[in-house]
Amino acid sequence: MSKSVKSSNKHIVALAVTVILLVAVTVAAFTMGSSSVSVAELFAWLTGGELAQTAQSIIVNTRAPRVFAALLAGGALAAAGAIIQATLDNPLASPNVIGINSGAGLFVLIAASVFPGFLWLPSLAAFVGALVSASIIFGLSLGSGVSRLTVVLAGIAITTVFGAGMNTILIINPDAYIGSSTFLVGGLSGVLAKDLVYPAILILGGVVVAILTAPVLNILSLGDETAHSLGMNVSMVRMGLLALAAVLSGAAVSFAGLLGFVGLVVPHVVRFLVGHDNKWVIPLSILGGAAFVVGCDLIARTAFAPYEIPVGILMAFIGGPFFIYLILRNRNGSLD
Amino acid sequence: MAALINTSTTTQAEMQQPAIQPPAIAFQDVSFSYRPDRVLIDQLSTKIQQGCVTSIIGPNGSGKSTLVKLANGLIKPQRGTVSVAGQNVGHMSAKLRAQTMAVLAQSMRVPQMSVEALVACGRHPHQSFRGAPSEHDKAAVERALQLAGVEDIRTSQMASLSGGQRQRAFLAMTLAQETDLILLDEPTTYLDIRACHDLMELICTLNKTQQKTIVMVIHDLDLALRYSDRLLVMDKGTLLGEGTTADVMASGVIERAFSMEICPHSYRGEQGYVLYPFEG
Repeated sequence: MSKSVKSSNKHIVALAVTVILLVAVTVAAFTMGSSSVSVAELFAWLTGGELAQTAQSIIVNTRAPRVFAALLAGGALAAAGAIIQATLDNPLASPNVIGINSGAGLFVLIAASVFPGFLWLPSLAAFVGALVSASIIFGLSLGSGVSRLTVVLAGIAITTVFGAGMNTILIINPDAYIGSSTFLVGGLSGVLAKDLVYPAILILGGVVVAILTAPVLNILSLGDETAHSLGMNVSMVRMGLLALAAVLSGAAVSFAGLLGFVGLVVPHVVRFLVGHDNKWVIPLSILGGAAFVVGCDLIARTAFAPYEIPVGILMAFIGGPFFIYLILRNRNGSLD
Repeated sequence: MAALINTSTTTQAEMQQPAIQPPAIAFQDVSFSYRPDRVLIDQLSTKIQQGCVTSIIGPNGSGKSTLVKLANGLIKPQRGTVSVAGQNVGHMSAKLRAQTMAVLAQSMRVPQMSVEALVACGRHPHQSFRGAPSEHDKAAVERALQLAGVEDIRTSQMASLSGGQRQRAFLAMTLAQETDLILLDEPTTYLDIRACHDLMELICTLNKTQQKTIVMVIHDLDLALRYSDRLLVMDKGTLLGEGTTADVMASGVIERAFSMEICPHSYRGEQGYVLYPFEG
């Protein structure tokens, strides 16, 4: 069997396993919880069959918004992470590390504080905030001699400043955002179906564009000079890709809060499994990210029942050590 | 040894040039600097002919790579114009520029992809945003793999290859662009002596069999003298001399630029050169 056939088989196996994993955790997330719903009841709901009132109510009002929120947030943040890492050529970059999430979060709180009651506004505000952070990072990365570590440190500085801004708003106006403590660490407990409409449109559109950008990301991976020689307007493409990452991250933050590390962890695991071809990395990150957040949220709400922890806390416990592992792995100069 | 320098003042390629053909690259009164106090290219004018292997040589910091970056549109001259195939580079779209000339940049980066995937990247200027390869794209990639002699390592990862194999793979990527003009910025850096000669022979073969115009920046004077039809000698951002290899050697500008003495010698009927630094 030739190497290319083996490689293709590896990708298809990875895709199949990820899809199966995603379906399995999604079914588990629908059926497991303080009140159980059987797989047969879930199937009946999906196919429009006969269903008891209680099961119908649990699925529609409690489980479905939360599971769809996890699917959307996970897919969006993982796609954004894969795009940011490829665009900035920086393995440590992700929406939360370089301050995109906190930019989105600050603008969501400003919008909620100044213009409460506009359902569409958080998504727009989150996108604008994410774009502000992305623009700062983009401007910084243009400077000659700027190391990858400098970009990460600048992202940490942005996160600190915007975090201070969010805390200031919540101290001055504690009612600006219902469930603000969950928002600051990232959580899906209070998400309603109506909160997901505008973000879902942005995320579904964004992931389609993200998949289409894979060939462009592959060209960028050859380095700026080679990408230019191959007919790419490198600065414009890079800014466009960061804007796409801002759309995806901002839309996720608008309902899930500052959910961290999914954009860091998932693309790395995918690249470890299938290599660096973005034609596979982007779709597998989207599917893997969705499965990861659905799975983590399931654990976060069932592991300590009857208590529930925001999924962002669980993901920080996973992502923090992973971030340190990446720093240690890259310490022999490749970050500079 | 496939390629020897021409000793006549007019190369075969020059004789075949139709009179109306524009130069491959034309620099017209070009000046460039990153800082006002350090001019890298100073009012330089020259025309690089089509169909030839032209080497740009000169000491470190003489402006050789800057000239390639100007031709590639990577930097814009503060004064003057740079034209490729008769078109002002500054007015060409990124895609058109990449369809007109292929550039092998001076880079240490090893892409994390297979040889075949790298060569397929050479089709980017001819593809839409979606990047789906057409039948012509696939055929161009096959041809490029064959011409560069990397067919048998097409599924190998770039990281697993030797320096010489990597440069061949990169050259295949530029061939997949299907341009008449190929610019190479120090293509033999990091290669051992055997790999250097193999690569230069391949470049000369492409020039002769595929009618590619080759312009390269090269540090190794022996390789430049042995394999080039024409030479451009740079020093401190200006052109010290240009012409056929024999003419430039006879003029003595190389000796002046490098403070080296060039001693031709013959071995097994082939011309080679030994370089000695001037004493004192």
